[in-house]
Amino acid sequence: MRRDGMVDVRNDRQFFQSEVMRLMDRLYGTALRLTGNSADAEDIVAEAVARAWEALPALRDRQAFGGWIQRILTNVYVSEWRRRRARPMTELPNESVPDGELEFSLFRRLHQPFLLWWGTPEHAFLNKLLRRDIERAFDALPEPYRAVMVLVEINGWSYSETAECLGLPIGTVRSRLARARGLLQRALWSWAKEAGVSAAAGPAPGRRLS
Amino acid sequence: MSPRPISCEEVLARLFAYLDGELRDVEQAEIDRHLEWCRDCFTRAEFERRLKARLAQAGRASPPERLRERLKLMMARF
Ligand SMILES: [Zn+2]
Repeated sequence: MRRDGMVDVRNDRQFFQSEVMRLMDRLYGTALRLTGNSADAEDIVAEAVARAWEALPALRDRQAFGGWIQRILTNVYVSEWRRRRARPMTELPNESVPDGELEFSLFRRLHQPFLLWWGTPEHAFLNKLLRRDIERAFDALPEPYRAVMVLVEINGWSYSETAECLGLPIGTVRSRLARARGLLQRALWSWAKEAGVSAAAGPAPGRRLS
Repeated sequence: MSPRPISCEEVLARLFAYLDGELRDVEQAEIDRHLEWCRDCFTRAEFERRLKARLAQAGRASPPERLRERLKLMMARF
């Protein structure tokens, strides 16, 4: 698998091109959730692909290509793109979590005795939740929370991998993740109410649950 | 040795760490055991698990055609 001959270079290129095309939705989707906009996401994917090609000889296990290029893409975002933005993103004015945010639970809102007459409202809710609702909720998160969510929920990384990549203590990853989940569930809940999704799962419109 | 029985409060406090695979084996087993008999916690865990799966799907998006073209051009020069 070394790139020291013509045949190997050609094999490498074919392998690389087909893998990139196969993983395209995932690479672009991750970049889109990280940046929140298409133009930046496209640049990040392009940069990640260029770097991955440079680094390909160092990849020993080709089965690991997907996770490997995902990591390169995330690093491009964290180490460069993010730094180039005007606001430094590692500092938050107040890391402490207001009780309401942390405590907020969609499940508790949905799983209430009077709603249970209709079956399982929380499942009805999930079934009616649109992909677009979830994307909006992600994109509305403040960047430091969004970054942690993307690394944990989308990349599927452990807290310690996430902490290392973002240069944060693991306790900060835990607290940001908890806060991010509270914010995200709250956003899903309020949009669901607006769209009448929760009404479909239970009470008549206008009945206040919050 | 069977896992220590734990309360619903303990399960909820560690539920996300559990779903994220961040607990030690023994803690993971305590929650697994609890979820086998407690319907309330099981229902809650299932909801959060399904929501997590939906969130993971937000990491896939169909790229605009111009990005595909851009990458094809770029990779053709490799
Ligand atoms: Zn329980």
